[in-house]
Amino acid sequence: MSFHPEMDYAPARFHRSERKLAEAGEAFAYTAENQAKFDGIVTRYPADQRKSAILYALYLVQQQQGYITGASMRFVAGQIGCTAAEVEDVVSYYTMFYTKPVGKYVLNVCRTLSCALLGAERVTEELCGKLGIHPGQTTPDGEFTVIEVECLGACDRAPVVMVNDDWHERLAPEKAAAFVDDIKERGRAAFTGCHLHVEKK
Amino acid sequence: MAFEPVLTNHVREPNSFTLDFYLRNARGYEGLRKALTLKPGDIIDQVKASGLRGRGGAGFPTGLKWQFVLKDTPKPKYIACNADESEPGTFKDHVLMERNPHLLIEGCAIGCYAIGAKIAYIYIRGEFYHVQETLERAIEEAYRAGFLGKNILGSGFDCDVYVHRGAGAYEAGEETALIESLEGKRAQPRIKPPFPAVAGLYQCPTAVNNVETLCNVPLIVLNGPEWFAGLGPEKNGGPKLYCISGHVKRPGVYEASMHTTLRELIYGDQYAQGMLDGKKFKAIIPGGSSVPILLDKDLDTPASFDHIQKAGSLLGSAGLIVMDDSVCMVWLAMNLLHFYRHESCGKCTPCREGGDWLYKLLQRVENGEGRAKDIDLLFGVASNIVGKTLCAFGDAAATPVLTTLNLFRHEFEAHVKEGRCTLPAPWRAKQPVMAH
Repeated sequence: MSFHPEMDYAPARFHRSERKLAEAGEAFAYTAENQAKFDGIVTRYPADQRKSAILYALYLVQQQQGYITGASMRFVAGQIGCTAAEVEDVVSYYTMFYTKPVGKYVLNVCRTLSCALLGAERVTEELCGKLGIHPGQTTPDGEFTVIEVECLGACDRAPVVMVNDDWHERLAPEKAAAFVDDIKERGRAAFTGCHLHVEKK
Repeated sequence: MAFEPVLTNHVREPNSFTLDFYLRNARGYEGLRKALTLKPGDIIDQVKASGLRGRGGAGFPTGLKWQFVLKDTPKPKYIACNADESEPGTFKDHVLMERNPHLLIEGCAIGCYAIGAKIAYIYIRGEFYHVQETLERAIEEAYRAGFLGKNILGSGFDCDVYVHRGAGAYEAGEETALIESLEGKRAQPRIKPPFPAVAGLYQCPTAVNNVETLCNVPLIVLNGPEWFAGLGPEKNGGPKLYCISGHVKRPGVYEASMHTTLRELIYGDQYAQGMLDGKKFKAIIPGGSSVPILLDKDLDTPASFDHIQKAGSLLGSAGLIVMDDSVCMVWLAMNLLHFYRHESCGKCTPCREGGDWLYKLLQRVENGEGRAKDIDLLFGVASNIVGKTLCAFGDAAATPVLTTLNLFRHEFEAHVKEGRCTLPAPWRAKQPVMAH
């Protein structure tokens, strides 16, 4: 059934009846340090608008345990003073929150036009070929995840890859496999960083 | 008269992001000092007289936007600075925040003073973590030096500036969706009216301004509205940042007056220096991925809001994506619809379902499985999205399809007729990209 005589609705995998609740995972609470950070950020917003700090609260969860579980959503709901459903509503919308474990290095390859014009599709192919996974998957050793993302806002340094919160610019497809080896060897030192940081050169 | 950059003149110098550098080299915070001696209404009048138009995409006069912010209200007022720079092909605010953050902070403070707000939130996209670090350091410096906080420069005016990190949502760049996201909800647009100037953040009067827009404000206060208006064509005054990417020799952010033509921006020595590998120019998207394509015959158009509109496109966010003749236009539409399908917030049915339908149709045509009637079907679906959504996203999503069909219909027909992509390029995926 569809409004359009020629086109179907999106496939059933999007249907809510197919949807699984987030796994509860282990009991969760912030470390003392993260709790202090959260309590500090909340003061930036009016006292009756604690919900504004929800994205920050979720980033803290993700920093602490790598991804966001049902238990941690409940914890955040308690911190914010809203329902767990409201927290899950937010988590499920934003692409930078993970509800499953991801690799130590998350390779976010920009796939939008400017990067694609300079070979981003090939970069993804090379990275996935090297790691033996498909986009969206994590290597069995838990080291690498490859995700195709939309425009990262560095189109003049295409193709761009964001690794966790760091940037690597101008990754030519033919250098992609060597880039993976380089990360294994040197960790964060393998990334070019943002070209605007002229001080670091 | 040669144009001298004023927003980005120091951005390539070491430590240009520090307060010390800003005070020594760029008349730092003099605009704020001067603004605090004026009446708030006078600042709004100056911004109006300068003709400053919003740099985020719509080109709406900033002075008017500020004037609309309700004056007589017991509620607090806010400035929400839109730093969710996510329009494909746009990366100008990135440079400003990374290399000249104090100019933005000064602009926020003057803006707050002008509209009677005490807090400005800078909503920055989650992917700009390294930019956020620079920005937060700069804000700390400004607090320590007394340019932010209580009783700024002894004037009795209080102002706080905070950075708010988004988490990956293109739609958060729409002003009401940005406000929703700031409130801790999904970034989905609201029904307008009421406009943010009346009921924005926390239902209080709010001005939502782009980073580049606010960066122009200190310059207007310092140098006067006539100076600003005189930099460009009528109603298109001031300096403008152009982001050039794609198949050019020297992609990057270039500051120019809006007299500059598209051809100069692509081929000029001080700009992008021509096509990559000497290939032939095919098409340009002049204002971020949401605007219609222009061709070689349009390149002598000055890159101003009004001139580009007259030529049949929009300046938008001034993200110029240049393409050589290896680009298949069906593939281009498919690439962009992948973006719009993914980023649609899902609130309005025409955009949510239509975007998905368009992507599937384009994929079918691109993979050589298209039927002759798919071309009209594409047109029909796209036309039925336009004007039927709460925000401009729907129109933006339909544009790549409508503009490629309008200018390159023969490529679609060739795909259907030959049952394959007629213009494969070596820089594209070896395996056809599957929907996921």
